Amino acid sequence: MEVGRSAKRVDAFDKATGRAKYTDDLCPKNAYVSRILHSTIAHGRVVHIDTSEAQKIEGVVKILTCFDVPDILFATAGHPWATDPSKQDISDRKILNEHVRYYGDDIAIVIAEDYVSADRAIRALKVEYEEYPFVLDPIEAMQEGAPVIHEERPDNVLGHSTIRIGNYEEAIKEPGLIKVEGWYHTPTVQHAHIENHVCYAYEEQGGRITVVTSTQIPHIVRRIVAQALGLPWGKVRLIKPYIGGGFGNKQDALYEPLCAWMTTQVGGHPVKFDTSREETFVSNRVRHAMHAHITSWLKPDGTFVARKLKLWSDQGAYASHGHGVSQKGMGAFPQVYPCDNVETDCWTVYTNKPVAGAMRAYGIPQAMFQLESHTDDIITQLKLDPYEFRKKNCMPMGYVDDFSKNELYHDSFRDTMDKARIMMDYDRKRELYKNQTGPVRRGIGMALFWYNTAVWPISIETSTSRMLLQPDGSVNLMTGETEIGQGCDTVFAQMAADAIGIRTEDVHVFTNQDTDVTPYGSGAYGSRQTYVGGFAIAQTGKLLREKILKHAHSLTRMPVEVLDIVDGNIVRKQDGRILMSLEKLSTEILYDFKLSESIAAESTYSVQSNAYSFGVSIAEVEVDIPLCKVKLLDIVNVHDCGTLINPALAEGQVHGGMSMGIGYGLYETLLIDPKTGRVLNDNLLDYKLPTTMDHPDLKVGFVENAEPTSPYGTKALGEPPTCSPAPAIRNAVLQATGVGVNTIPMNPHQLFKDFSKAGLIESEEERQLRKKASGDLKDTVIHVIGEQETKTPIETKTPEFQPRGN
Amino acid sequence: MSNKQYKQLSFILNGKKVSASVDVRESLADMLRNEFGMTSVKKGCEVGECGACTVLINGNPYDSCIFLAAWIDGKEVTTVEGLVDIDGNISDIQQAFIDEAAVQCGFCTPGFIMSAEHLLNTGKRFSRDEIRKALSGNMCRCTGYQNIINAVENTMDKRLAEKDTEK
Repeated sequence: MEVGRSAKRVDAFDKATGRAKYTDDLCPKNAYVSRILHSTIAHGRVVHIDTSEAQKIEGVVKILTCFDVPDILFATAGHPWATDPSKQDISDRKILNEHVRYYGDDIAIVIAEDYVSADRAIRALKVEYEEYPFVLDPIEAMQEGAPVIHEERPDNVLGHSTIRIGNYEEAIKEPGLIKVEGWYHTPTVQHAHIENHVCYAYEEQGGRITVVTSTQIPHIVRRIVAQALGLPWGKVRLIKPYIGGGFGNKQDALYEPLCAWMTTQVGGHPVKFDTSREETFVSNRVRHAMHAHITSWLKPDGTFVARKLKLWSDQGAYASHGHGVSQKGMGAFPQVYPCDNVETDCWTVYTNKPVAGAMRAYGIPQAMFQLESHTDDIITQLKLDPYEFRKKNCMPMGYVDDFSKNELYHDSFRDTMDKARIMMDYDRKRELYKNQTGPVRRGIGMALFWYNTAVWPISIETSTSRMLLQPDGSVNLMTGETEIGQGCDTVFAQMAADAIGIRTEDVHVFTNQDTDVTPYGSGAYGSRQTYVGGFAIAQTGKLLREKILKHAHSLTRMPVEVLDIVDGNIVRKQDGRILMSLEKLSTEILYDFKLSESIAAESTYSVQSNAYSFGVSIAEVEVDIPLCKVKLLDIVNVHDCGTLINPALAEGQVHGGMSMGIGYGLYETLLIDPKTGRVLNDNLLDYKLPTTMDHPDLKVGFVENAEPTSPYGTKALGEPPTCSPAPAIRNAVLQATGVGVNTIPMNPHQLFKDFSKAGLIESEEERQLRKKASGDLKDTVIHVIGEQETKTPIETKTPEFQPRGN
Repeated sequence: MSNKQYKQLSFILNGKKVSASVDVRESLADMLRNEFGMTSVKKGCEVGECGACTVLINGNPYDSCIFLAAWIDGKEVTTVEGLVDIDGNISDIQQAFIDEAAVQCGFCTPGFIMSAEHLLNTGKRFSRDEIRKALSGNMCRCTGYQNIINAVENTMDKRLAEKDTEK
């Protein structure tokens, strides 16, 4: 069996030697380069762009503005096309936009021979705007009289969805219920893959456009480029080389339509657009910031009676993935802790901010922070045990979802919780950290997550694979599913090896999708590829085997029924005798005068099912209250993602997701200037991406409950690790300090607010009052967070543990 | 308007003497990629924040995106391509990245390997925290750094054990 083995990545050698080619490594040297002029207002209209000075700069090839682009609105979201117009993504932008909707919108482009000329020309462009008022918060954007961002949606609401189960209003009338409610806020964060998005385009074959791009979804982007340019889809070819991470940002058409259009404006000459890091933060996509208000009504023993969720999701300036993200987040609410009476509403609202799109786990990290923070608020108010409460209320085995018809076939929540408790010595530590005093305190907390594998039945779940038997008995494998770092090429090779009966090393995966060559697959999103791709690989492998065994029968005269393929040999099942190697069979058949055939198989599988994926995080923290700093001491994620195809790669996937989840909880937030709408920290120095110093060793556990709907027993793992670390850390801080921090990231700025509000430290106002009272008015310096004086109301001693640097 | 100035340089690239005429405004990263095809030198920020373009200059790690090409005259540069010998054998640290599943999207990998190579070449023993500190100038969004640190630590242990047996 190749599945279940920690095979080495098929691309590791090329990546460790620098031989793996990414988009920028392949761009022809004679390509023109380009720079975008971004708007310097958050909302308004471009009245005029004076290009006269810029045109004179040597090296400038062409300057194009929002007044030159095709008058076509298109949708950028990386979803499979829906033939039903009511299910299509919202088309609300052009290649460059005259109506500017955020600070950083794309309004003009300079095509030049080199970057210096392009940059000079950008600086020489003079823009005249008509400025409009802007709005930066989704709740404010829904108010009467708020600025209208898209004319066709005067209330700025992109979508509103509800869930109604039972009767909330009736249920809460039951006497003796306890009400717990709270607000929870999650920030705008960015994917920050290390390779910025880059693409180049050229024409060939008399007007056919090829785009080479760093994308997760080649077949989908091919379609979007054609739509944006008003071309037949076959006129566009899209090539995806190796890509340096995506995390959902590249599950969107970013600058491919622009780049394709640029080449048509310079006679088909190659033109490259490479996004700078600063532009990646501002003008690509971000994670939706959300506000949530949750109300729960419980019996004193901790039984849920009724629950209500109101959720506002910050879409930013354009629709991108839009409402689907908040719908997915809201959808998790009644699933993790099923309840008889549930009322939820979610609104996705346009604001004049960077565009929110898909980002790892698509609304679920937001939802799990809201939900699992609220869970510990319930536990605190009702004085219950976090583990027992979750165990009592979480989704039980046998649960079936009305909409997706998903079933929970195992007791996954309890299995993962139990494993995590043991790995973290949770019960002992939870007891140990009770009732602490002093400035430095420890706590341990947990949080669950729920995740849907793939997107059925919201969208198609189709994957195709093609297998070509080579004369040496190896197999070339092509799929439309994309390697973006997660390791899918390797697990596909392992799956194909088992499906055919050869070694993983003898499967050659064609890693670089080319829409002219590779068959359709929707691409890397929704943690779908291993699950969905697995069906197509199992089915195609079976077809290839049938063809091989038919020929084996011709060559050996043995009945097909007694033949098998094992380790690259044709074997007689009865006695295990090797009759011939696959190499011999393949070569003989290819060159046989009568039977000659290049043995190949291709098939598409359209999956009509979906699978739940589950897990838990447990985090242990130490909080320095005067310094308002959280040090993460230890953290574990335990997942039930079904049978592991490649344990080493699965573990690596979890590490990366945990790191992103830790960043979400403790460090990362895209800061926006309320006066201008400008992003303030558009770089890796000011945007606090976790470094090697910012979290401890990451612990990973798995519960392998085989998923019965998958031919390989697998289900989602790509996105899930990001879902639960932030609320687990938050709940650990709650145990340590008694303060539930309901706004992330839990950086010193936030903790200062929460700790002073809770009376743990002196607030700025109290400090000023004390100074005035004592007559010491000399110190008028504004209090700097982190430079807390020794004179705090709390007993002080030298902190025992030094906080980590950030 | 064109005021391009060129400078003639000669330096040692991966053990071989080379020369080039470069635009004096060009970064070392751009020169290595464009003139010498050293595409392992990745650009993730171009302002010295992410470490993806790390190369060794006279044995020390530098962000080649903020090091002017013109300054390299007479110096010695090593990139990941230079860690593979003439027979195609890769170095121990590259092998460790493969074995420890420390490679995911691979974009930060060459930079990390060069920072690690510098650390390992000191021949000293470092604690896990010291390794973390030494690698903190390289950013990765895929791996959570866990397996990268494991790969570096294991290679260090192996090299030090070999050194001990030689004594």
